[in-house]
Amino acid sequence: MAAEAKLDPMHQFQLEKLAGADWNIAGYNVAFTNSALWMAIATLALIVFVAGGMKRAVVPGRWQMAVETFTGFIDGMLAANVGKNGKKYVPYIFSLFMFILFANFLGLMPLGVVGVHAFTFTSHFSATGVLAVLSFAIVLIVGFSKHGFHFFSLFVPHGTPVGMIPIIFVVELISFLVRPFSLGLRLFVAMMAGHVLLEVLSSFVISGGNNGPIMFVIAGVPSFVLMVGICALELLVAGIQAYVFALLTCVYLNDAENLH
Amino acid sequence: MPQIAQLGEFYSSQIFWLLIFFGITFFVVGRGMVPKVMDTVASRDKQIADDLKAAESARAQADAEEAAWRTRENANRAQAQGLIADARGQAAAAAAQRLAVAQAGIDATIVGAETRIADARRLAADEIETVAADATREIVSRIAGLSLDDAAVRGAVKENLVHG
Repeated sequence: MAAEAKLDPMHQFQLEKLAGADWNIAGYNVAFTNSALWMAIATLALIVFVAGGMKRAVVPGRWQMAVETFTGFIDGMLAANVGKNGKKYVPYIFSLFMFILFANFLGLMPLGVVGVHAFTFTSHFSATGVLAVLSFAIVLIVGFSKHGFHFFSLFVPHGTPVGMIPIIFVVELISFLVRPFSLGLRLFVAMMAGHVLLEVLSSFVISGGNNGPIMFVIAGVPSFVLMVGICALELLVAGIQAYVFALLTCVYLNDAENLH
Repeated sequence: MPQIAQLGEFYSSQIFWLLIFFGITFFVVGRGMVPKVMDTVASRDKQIADDLKAAESARAQADAEEAAWRTRENANRAQAQGLIADARGQAAAAAAQRLAVAQAGIDATIVGAETRIADARRLAADEIETVAADATREIVSRIAGLSLDDAAVRGAVKENLVHG
């Protein structure tokens, strides 16, 4: 039964309590899980990475150059999507992008080779949903504090015929309210799908090998070759999903910052 | 699907720890470190822009100085050319004057010399006449035994030397 469980492609998403099984805050359990551990590792890795780029040299070294490339990338993304008002969101978007990027990459690290099982907390919508709601909340707070009730004019695009305004308003409102869900689910689905695919292919390699040399050649070897390619694709997806999350947050912030 | 199956058990833990660690990321990295990194980039960009501006103004100044130097240099050259022309004119005039003086001296010397030559030639001719007359008289007295008048001999000799 235990050997069978290892071939279950969903087993990798299993949450386990590592400590504090009885930690409660206001009746809610906040046990430290494997997911929380990898959040901590991602945070630590990110702090180490950015701290390494803080030498503040006039002529940057490689590490400093790498960190400055990321800050410049986020700065450019905000400048392109929000304009010069977007500068103040650089800390948030940078944290968001790098946190997701590090989480995605750490989850893909081949640490199983040394017996450690990497956990991708971005493959849980309970984690990505929090980030999505956070981004959405910031958009709402900025929108309403900056424009007040005028923010509702976001749901009535320019040039809408008067008769169409009630329908358009409802349609736009729904599309607006769907944003946090699409934002959180997109990342969760992309990460989960990739990891399931890798797990399924790796089970083909193992099962093929267990069923004799002919099956190994027919099923195992092609699956392994495909897996190598999918691994590269997943590295790309890890970057792209972090980018999409940050980019969409920028686009939504633009709506709130520069109401049309 | 553990994401759904375990949701009831773990959602509070997931939300809590994500907020904790994303909060740490935001406040330590986002608010603490990123502004410093961006300051570094901004100050470097500013320094580069300033250096470029300084280099540009230095070049403009150098161009201006070169133009001024060129103007001064051209003026100096023109002045020098004027001085050279003046000096050449003066030198030519002085040379012409000295030449004229020298020419006058030479002319006087030549005239004196020619006078002396003419005198010498005349004296020489007289001498030859005298010698010729004496010789003629001597020859006539020896051959013909005639004793001729000195003045007559001299007249005949003179006639022969002149027409000879």
